[in-house]
Amino acid sequence: MKIYGVSILAVCFLAGHILGDYLGRLFHLPGNLGGVGFSMLLLMLLNDYFKKNHLMTPETENGMLFWGSIYIPVVVAMSAIQNVKAALSGGWVVILAGILGTAACYLLIPVFSRFTKK
Amino acid sequence: MKDLINILDKNGLVFAFLVVGTIMYLAYYISRNFTGSKIPGAAIAISMGLIIAYFGGEKGLASIPAFSGMALLGGSMLRDFSIVSTAMGANFQEIKKTGWIGLVVLVMGTIVAFVVGGTIGYAMGYKDAKSFATIGAGACTFIVGPVTGSALGASSEVIAISIAIGVVKSVVVTISTPFLAKRLGIDNPQTAMIFGGLVGSTSGVTAGLAATDLKLVPYGALTATFHTAMGCLLCPSVLYFFVQMILPH
Repeated sequence: MKIYGVSILAVCFLAGHILGDYLGRLFHLPGNLGGVGFSMLLLMLLNDYFKKNHLMTPETENGMLFWGSIYIPVVVAMSAIQNVKAALSGGWVVILAGILGTAACYLLIPVFSRFTKK
Repeated sequence: MKDLINILDKNGLVFAFLVVGTIMYLAYYISRNFTGSKIPGAAIAISMGLIIAYFGGEKGLASIPAFSGMALLGGSMLRDFSIVSTAMGANFQEIKKTGWIGLVVLVMGTIVAFVVGGTIGYAMGYKDAKSFATIGAGACTFIVGPVTGSALGASSEVIAISIAIGVVKSVVVTISTPFLAKRLGIDNPQTAMIFGGLVGSTSGVTAGLAATDLKLVPYGALTATFHTAMGCLLCPSVLYFFVQMILPH
């Protein structure tokens, strides 16, 4: 059933968030430290395990794939609820730091890409 | 009219599906018929979202009563849930191939954004160590900025600036990624991971990659989320202490 897939997603999501929350508390920081990243790693490992042991049915997988396919619409909704006006009205320090900070990171991409195994 | 707004407001999430579906349809129509599919439909849809948000209030379009459901559809819960589900398409072997450099870029991306952002803030009059660190942290992501600012006790004006810098960064990354991807070599899982780790901004990286090549989203998203975690760890601690040592009190 499709709901099994959605439930597996939910387990990974919640476990990652609990771990991220725990890490945040460990370092006395408000908020979640990398919860989404841990959730993703967990889902990859589980997915790998299920497939190797033939536990994954196409129906279950479809329940997960639906949420992956809804990703762009969710991002569109997210961009529609940003405080764009405030970001632009913050003045030059905001615009300069935003653009130059990003550009500096961009420049490093080709530098580090050389170190990956092809 | 009042009744209609009431119904839309009460069924906010369902109405949001309709609104986003309409934006997507228009965006893909424009992409196909006016740009010959050269500008990806997803990129147009996301840009349209940002433009619409400009005419809203503090919460963008969701500030307008009938559109309150957009805040749920585009909020952090569903966003993170769908980001996590993209991991289904990721291959663990590809992640292993990136190796130790994946960790290096997390640290480097944080330091570079912090120094560049903080220096610009310093040059424009925010000269104390707390403001330097908070503005620099804002240049990492709009989560690292306020986390750092409130941990250090920076002024609310500076914290607001740091959030705005992070938002500008995510907008810049979202719009520029599809156009720069080829030139920067972002066409395989490894460079997508390096891109995510260096740039950080999860919303910008994932939206930008979605508009570039949907297959790359999980790889960029994975490192980008850890970038925010790394920023929250380094900016209010190690990096702040360095700034304190260098700047005159």
